[in-house]
Amino acid sequence: MNFKRMWAIFVSRNREFFRDKAAFGWNLLFPFLLLAGFAVIFGGDDRKEFKVGVFPCPPGETGHIDGCVPPALQAIKPIQYIGFQNQEEGLQRLKYHKIDMLIQVGSDPLRYWVSDTAPKGYIVEKMIAGHLNPDTADLLARQASVAARPIRYIDWFFPGVIGMNIMFSALYGVGFVVVRYRKNGVLKRLKATPLTAFEYLSAQMLSRIFVIAFSLTILWIGCDLIFDFHVEGSYLDLAIVFMLGNLSLTALGLIIASRGTSEEFANGLLNFITWPMMFLSEVWFSLEGAPRWLRMASDALPLTHLLTGVRKIMNDGAGLAEVQLELMVLAGFTLLFLSVGALLFSWNK
Amino acid sequence: MSGPPIIEAIDVSKHYGSLTAVDHLDMSVPSGVCFGLLGPNGAGKTTLIEIIEDIIPPSSGEVRYRGKPRASSFREEIGIMFQQTALMGFMTVHETLKTFHALYHHAHDIEALIELCHLDDIRKQLNDRISGGQRQRLLLALALINQPQLLFLDEPSTGLDPQARRNLWDIVDQVKQDGKTIILTTHYMEEAQQLCDVVAVVDKGRIIAQGTPQELITHHAQGVRIILPEAAVQDKLAGIALETESMDGRLAIHVKDMNTAIETFLQRRIDLTDMQVQNPTLETVFLNLTGRQLRD
Repeated sequence: MNFKRMWAIFVSRNREFFRDKAAFGWNLLFPFLLLAGFAVIFGGDDRKEFKVGVFPCPPGETGHIDGCVPPALQAIKPIQYIGFQNQEEGLQRLKYHKIDMLIQVGSDPLRYWVSDTAPKGYIVEKMIAGHLNPDTADLLARQASVAARPIRYIDWFFPGVIGMNIMFSALYGVGFVVVRYRKNGVLKRLKATPLTAFEYLSAQMLSRIFVIAFSLTILWIGCDLIFDFHVEGSYLDLAIVFMLGNLSLTALGLIIASRGTSEEFANGLLNFITWPMMFLSEVWFSLEGAPRWLRMASDALPLTHLLTGVRKIMNDGAGLAEVQLELMVLAGFTLLFLSVGALLFSWNK
Repeated sequence: MSGPPIIEAIDVSKHYGSLTAVDHLDMSVPSGVCFGLLGPNGAGKTTLIEIIEDIIPPSSGEVRYRGKPRASSFREEIGIMFQQTALMGFMTVHETLKTFHALYHHAHDIEALIELCHLDDIRKQLNDRISGGQRQRLLLALALINQPQLLFLDEPSTGLDPQARRNLWDIVDQVKQDGKTIILTTHYMEEAQQLCDVVAVVDKGRIIAQGTPQELITHHAQGVRIILPEAAVQDKLAGIALETESMDGRLAIHVKDMNTAIETFLQRRIDLTDMQVQNPTLETVFLNLTGRQLRD
């Protein structure tokens, strides 16, 4: 192994990344915009979780049609009311899940419609029924409020966005780029030099880890200044988990990079890997209560363990000992992906 | 010219499915010569050269460098200029040279290389923003960066204008003066004639003729072509068996003995004012050996 050769490739790949202003800017801007967008949409204190249509009412939303909504229903905080002039208009919206429930005001008892296929309709139905029945309060006894520091949705979502950014950057930055290099002959040119496949792949991997760590630091500082994140655990532990997750995802990129010259195929393969990983690794939502097979599939993905580890440290204040399972799994994935990638790698078309 | 071979291909074949690109080919390149591989498109030149370069493996046969199988140090001692290649993006010419410089143990002085390949004016330009000629000179500089003993040039001047081509030939000529061995593939006859000491004509994966350009011409392209206006000849050559070819109002006559031909023309009162004489070239050899049918 020759470090001078590895360093030369490492530097050239870094130059390529930092000088490609458009790609570099988008790499930083995209996660930031995503986070800002979600903060605006879901960040408000008076967020309305459910949408209930009411008719006959003037067209408009809560605030403008208060006079039309029965006072008993107005008190339910998570519901936003939307007015419709007639039943047909309301049912049309219900059919396409634009609202979760439709109520005819002025009827006694209140007539309502829900969609059998919409889970939110079932919840809002029970919520309104419970609210209108004064006896339900006697069946429950509230003990105390949870006194811990509240975890905002953005606190939970932020590691997901970071993880997603690492995943895309690692897989596309290595997988896609090396396939392109094979196609246009850069790899063939490098093969004609004393550079070994191990040196080349290591340099690619280290370069990607470096640029991801760099982008991540800027993104973290920028987002922290705006959203004021609180890390319960240690920053060093967090950096270790991020580093290992970064390694495992970059190593996965090497498998995609190992063969082939078709950028279209590489893109398809990357989509095939990244999209399920994005949805099954709890980037956007928790899989708590999901079917067992789905959770098992989720456990087979490195991003799941990266995010679990990061959230444990960031939100729950866990130390390295408490995330040792995640660290071991990520290290195992890294070794597995690296071995397969190195075994399959070919310079030629 | 008859020194010990620096590199040999022994009974080398390469198959792609049912297609045979190289067919039981033997080749021996003496040290210090410029060895040209000349052949039509699809003759197997690039496949052969890439097998010798150790870029692709042969289906059978072996390649020996200085009499032994190629060792891992082989790549330290050779330089390659591929027919089609891209370079790492967003790097200047100078940075590209520096990157490749770092890949070798014994590398050329970068400044000397910049001077040799006339790259000084473009050293700060990005390597994908330079002209075709500049790009070929950069690729040649990269092939020379490790001061190779054996240099491979795969169609180095394809796509270049006449000035850029001659400029590249001048540089290759300077490299030849340093005693390096060069293996060059080309389908430009002029290039082969200008640069090569030995030429092997490759067709259908085999070497069908080999020798110095003059030897090839002597053996495979005897005689000269005399070109006369058809109006000057009319039917004055009737009754003489001649190999002729009509081209746009002109008549090309292939003759073996120039003196006898001129004597005959004068006897038959043919006006020789607009006569042109073409000596045989490698192109004649090439067409004689590989035929005149169009190749893809």
